[in-house]
Amino acid sequence: MLEVKNLHKVYDGHGRRVTAVGDLTFSVPEGQFACVVGPSGCGKTTLLRVLAGLLPATSGEVLVQRTPVTAPPPGLAVVFQEYGRSLFPWLRVRENVELPLKAQGMARSDRGALAAEALAAVGLSDAHGAYPWQLSGGMQQRVAIARAIAYQPRVLLMDEPFAAVDAQTRADLEDLVRSVWQRFGVTLLFVTHDIDEAVYLGQRVIVLSASPTTVAQDLTIDLPAERDQLTTRSDARFTELRGQVYAQIQKVKAPA
Amino acid sequence: MRLVSRVLLLIGLPVVLLATWWFGSAGSEDFYRPSLSSIMDAFVRTWTWDMFVQQVFPSLWRLLVGYVIAVALGVALGGLIGTYRSVRSLLEPVLEFLRAFPPPVLVPAAILLSGIGDRTKILVIVFGCVWPVLLNTIEGVRGRDEVLSDTCRSYGITGTLRLRHLVLRAASPQIMTGARQALPLAIILMVISEMMAANDGLGFTVLQFQRGFQIPEMWSGVLLLGVIGIVLSLLFRLAERSLLGWYHGQRAGQREW
Repeated sequence: MLEVKNLHKVYDGHGRRVTAVGDLTFSVPEGQFACVVGPSGCGKTTLLRVLAGLLPATSGEVLVQRTPVTAPPPGLAVVFQEYGRSLFPWLRVRENVELPLKAQGMARSDRGALAAEALAAVGLSDAHGAYPWQLSGGMQQRVAIARAIAYQPRVLLMDEPFAAVDAQTRADLEDLVRSVWQRFGVTLLFVTHDIDEAVYLGQRVIVLSASPTTVAQDLTIDLPAERDQLTTRSDARFTELRGQVYAQIQKVKAPA
Repeated sequence: MRLVSRVLLLIGLPVVLLATWWFGSAGSEDFYRPSLSSIMDAFVRTWTWDMFVQQVFPSLWRLLVGYVIAVALGVALGGLIGTYRSVRSLLEPVLEFLRAFPPPVLVPAAILLSGIGDRTKILVIVFGCVWPVLLNTIEGVRGRDEVLSDTCRSYGITGTLRLRHLVLRAASPQIMTGARQALPLAIILMVISEMMAANDGLGFTVLQFQRGFQIPEMWSGVLLLGVIGIVLSLLFRLAERSLLGWYHGQRAGQREW
């Protein structure tokens, strides 16, 4: 469960005030898969960093599992866009997945079991001993996803996680995220600039306006729960929803 | 074939230089410039096991202790200064001042304060070697990746776990750069401090030979110091390869993509 109430974020520095987030209010109920899209530069990353407790809000409130966020909340995991920079290059894949669990003081055997399960869930059972830089970009992002799952979060944030991988890998990873979400039942907020991706993945798409950011549209994606790249994307309803989101983004982009 | 040519390239110049020295100096009558063959004779005669125990090991011991303390101190201080801006502003003027001293200038004062024992020499080595380690550590700690820092924060990786797995590891390539620069400094300072005040050690022995006009013996001591320098730098390279395997692997991978 994730709640955002009148969130407002101003960057103040070098004599320039930049309003990144104007007035944002929405909430994601327990177990929902919500996608956030918006024109580039609309403060998506700022929003995510505030939600993750990595950046203080100027005013307004964020609640994770009904607790106000002032620091990175326990029970919340983040998958960053820059997979190459969010994995520890000096640790092997398995150690990368286990490190947050070690920080929680979990026993070695429990850590091992959770890490093995998470790595199996992302299809990396045979890469335990590799270093991240020995893997392809898509596999590195899988490791980052496995690390997030092993952490057993109630809320999972993903910041344009597939922006830097090729189209084939991207389709595979999208289906992976769907299956992980269904299997582990987390509340998932997925930030992307890709309209197709947002509609394909989410139960709901939140369209943000250009900066200063507000919610421009909140759309329920009434596609069937079982989705696959071929049939879902050629579904008439998919095209219709996609068109709606596209039109909305064109509209909010216009003033700039 | 490639291996043969690589080996030839590697040892070619040293072999040529040694051969030039050997034949150029052969049959030399000059007292101060003895032939290489007489230096080698002196080398075998002089550097017996007893001499190693009495003169070489004490030097190496000072070198090792001073170097290890310098690296540990540099990393610890550098970690603090790189992490906390207030510590940095507090210490920076003093450190700049201390860094301006040429370390050998401390030897006379150190002798007065702590005598001519090991302590003085170790102090001088530490004082000279700590700077490259310290400055490189500060840079390494400050330059770590923000995404990785954010990752640690959001996954609750704090305290010693963060220090071990983020702060020090991220800075380790720079720390090793500093430590590599410090190694020849340590050898230089060991020799200098032993020449100024000691009753054993390599620097002391070489100076004794010179004063006693045992010229081939003096040259053999100089050669031995060179060999020690090479061996230490090879050992360092081995240690670096195992510590920074990830770093070299990552860089090689980035060049490929």
